[in-house]
Amino acid sequence: MSHEPITQSRPAKPADTDHATLRSYISGYVLSIGLTLAAYLVVTHHTASYRWLVAGISGLAIVQFVVQMTFFLHLRAETKPRWKLFVLLFMTLVVLILVFGTLWIMNNLNYRMTPQQINNYMQNQDNL
Amino acid sequence: MSESALDRDTRVIFGFWVYIMTDCVLFASLFATYAVLHNNTNDGPTGSVLFSLPYVLTETMLLLTSSFTCGLAMLAMKRERLQQLVAWLGITFILGASFLGMELKEFHKLALDGNSWHRSGFLSSYFTLVGTHGLHITVGLLWMLVLVWQLNKRGLTRGNNRRLTLLSMFWHFLDIVWIFIFSIVYLMGALR
Repeated sequence: MSHEPITQSRPAKPADTDHATLRSYISGYVLSIGLTLAAYLVVTHHTASYRWLVAGISGLAIVQFVVQMTFFLHLRAETKPRWKLFVLLFMTLVVLILVFGTLWIMNNLNYRMTPQQINNYMQNQDNL
Repeated sequence: MSESALDRDTRVIFGFWVYIMTDCVLFASLFATYAVLHNNTNDGPTGSVLFSLPYVLTETMLLLTSSFTCGLAMLAMKRERLQQLVAWLGITFILGASFLGMELKEFHKLALDGNSWHRSGFLSSYFTLVGTHGLHITVGLLWMLVLVWQLNKRGLTRGNNRRLTLLSMFWHFLDIVWIFIFSIVYLMGALR
């Protein structure tokens, strides 16, 4: 294993990083347009079953999320104590629990209540 | 002095990042509400009847392009070209304002046709989710105006550079939220 020197303040030519940043914005923009159009065409052409279409649209949205985080917000350029990335991952965990937990509970309630029970419940609420 | 000031800027930027992540949780709760209610149309119209996909695609492209020009404004800031920076910010503002205009026009049309948030659970959650995003866009546009005014007054000071960095993070974040609104509300809505 070779020990790399600590590169905290790597002296780069301003023009170089400048160019890299411009390239990064342009790649992000082109990729995002491509992914948006792909998702749009998948829907307008109705090429697959409902389940596959939903999976495809979700996949393309997640890829575009990663693309914009990388090329627009430069998340990969962050140096070692990667606090931004940690907060992002924790946010993702909270969001997944929140969204899928909600759907799970609400579908479960829906499944366990008969239409008669729901009507009785709503009438009770009206009488209150 | 300058070392600790630089540290402070880094901390402020990190703090703003944490705010953005908590804002994501706010949007996630609205998305969850929408996901639960999107079939509860109360015998009213569904998303596939109400939404025009080409119209929404145009909105998406406007916002995406404004996110890109906001990045170019950041680049002009790093090159210390004030006029270029103000020009790119101006273009970003016009694109963002056009997006907001199209969204308000859509809301107006829905409300005129009797499909406002009163109509059904589906439309209540739709207006809350998309409206909250529109409110964020409005705040971003106001912020942009104030920043251009500050830049004209004081030029490229360190404080202004920091503000522009925060604004660009906020603007990219709004575009990312819109990807999910576009995919989940409009594209998946059209499938039903």
